[in-house]
Amino acid sequence: MLVEKMNINNHLQKDNRSQKQISIFIKRKRIFLITFLIVIVLYAAASIATNYDAIKGLASIPKAIVWITKNLIPNEKSWERLPKILSKLIESSLLSVAVTVCAAACAFPFSLLGTRTVKVNLWIARIVRITAAFFRNVPSVVWAILLLFSFGQNILTGFLALFFTTFGMLTRAFIESIDEVSSNCVEALNAAGATSLQTVFHGIIPSSMPQLVSWILYMIELNIRDSTLIGLLTATGIGAMFDLYYKRMDYGSASLVVIFIVILVIGIELISNKIRKVIM
Amino acid sequence: MINEFAIANASISSQNCIRKTRKGKIKITSKSTKEYVIKLTILILLVLTVCAFLSFDYKNIDLAKAISETWSNVKVLLGEPKLSYSTLPNVFKALWITFSLGILSTISGAVIGILGALLCAKNIANHIIANIIKSFVAFIRAFPTILWVLIFTVAAGLGSVAAVVGLTFHSAGYLIKAYAESMEEIDGGAIEALKSSGAGFWQIAFQAVLPSSISRMVAWTFLRFEINFINALAVGAAAGAGGIGYDLWMAGNFYFDLSELGFITYITVFSVIILEIVATQVKINVR
Repeated sequence: MLVEKMNINNHLQKDNRSQKQISIFIKRKRIFLITFLIVIVLYAAASIATNYDAIKGLASIPKAIVWITKNLIPNEKSWERLPKILSKLIESSLLSVAVTVCAAACAFPFSLLGTRTVKVNLWIARIVRITAAFFRNVPSVVWAILLLFSFGQNILTGFLALFFTTFGMLTRAFIESIDEVSSNCVEALNAAGATSLQTVFHGIIPSSMPQLVSWILYMIELNIRDSTLIGLLTATGIGAMFDLYYKRMDYGSASLVVIFIVILVIGIELISNKIRKVIM
Repeated sequence: MINEFAIANASISSQNCIRKTRKGKIKITSKSTKEYVIKLTILILLVLTVCAFLSFDYKNIDLAKAISETWSNVKVLLGEPKLSYSTLPNVFKALWITFSLGILSTISGAVIGILGALLCAKNIANHIIANIIKSFVAFIRAFPTILWVLIFTVAAGLGSVAAVVGLTFHSAGYLIKAYAESMEEIDGGAIEALKSSGAGFWQIAFQAVLPSSISRMVAWTFLRFEINFINALAVGAAAGAGGIGYDLWMAGNFYFDLSELGFITYITVFSVIILEIVATQVKINVR
């Protein structure tokens, strides 16, 4: 009698377990279906709002490839423009390095005020985070348009426009990596009675430097790509060169600009990956 | 006392023992390649920065005047936001268009991204195909988004098609890399178990790889959506697809109306901040 009951109980438990497992699969299927439907509805709504036609979009890709192979090939005339293109390319890459270094130099002390590890003041930390969020989220295009008013089509316009966004992004990245990496050694230094300056110079800087350098390298990559867009708006650097040739329909020279931008970006990515591999 | 502690800390982190000079002094600086490379990198970057500032063509700009003018412009921009050329419904309509451009390019990018990532994740894919796809994707990512869009405006004409396809190229490249990395992070045991019971490529992909990496992939997708929204702002205007970027450009470069520019800027910043909060929440919740 007792054994029978236990058997039945066992069966019941097994049944329950298998039911539970099935319900997980059903649940997963349901979640998948609902997300799928939401994505399709969003896609349809967005297509209607922008008059986007997916078929036309797909059809444009082979068309674009054909057009690229026909037109975007450097010709003899464009090779004559090579020195000018290269000098603008160097200008743009130096600009993005300078922007990133200056922004990093400003963002590091600023981010120290916002970290949890240094604990300057809760309110100061909050203000730092909000300021960083503001600078990060105002698109660099807005800065460029605003600065064009008084700086005109000057290289400083591009510099400052990129500087503000880079500053915001680096501040956040620095805060996060300092919090992640340095908390142990800061705790140890605090326990030994170090002042906050000593903590910074003997604890935070040595332990978080690899992360910070890695972030700086990443921002340089990003800024080189962004400087093309800003260059279009502020008529400086490599972006303006591309715009000029493109609007003149001198596609040969425009393609040369594109090729060199791609080489530059890939080159910088390779170098920074090598550096990252050594320091991390 | 403190210094000694720091020294001990530094040398433990580098070599796990205290190194001494011939005279018995503890060496404070360590000479590992890692620190050498970091110092060299910083030095080169600083030298390049100095070169940059020396080589720039400033066109004799009056810096003090420009800065004070910009400051007063910022005060108008942030202090007196007002719409005079556009209306509130129009601005929100433009915002929705930019938002839609972001949605379209993120969804298309994500679909291509999943397929591409399955073909180039190291733990499940063929190594030769994976390397080919990875280098191709790195090549696509090297193009600035704006160049893709401008190329497609010639091939497909001005309009949303050029903007969406151009944005999709870069986001697909980014998402293939991000998805492949999240797939490579999963536990190898599940794949091995399925392989040993004779499962094929697609069975492994759908039963082991996707379920265990989906949460990270969702986080990446939302992050990319935020980036795509900001890109769509600039690109929408350049490709003639409209949107809030076009309004910004008109207010700034056509009407020269700082108050209108300020109003649109506020709306843009608020929507970007909301997107960032959503992306962060998704990132926290799916983990």
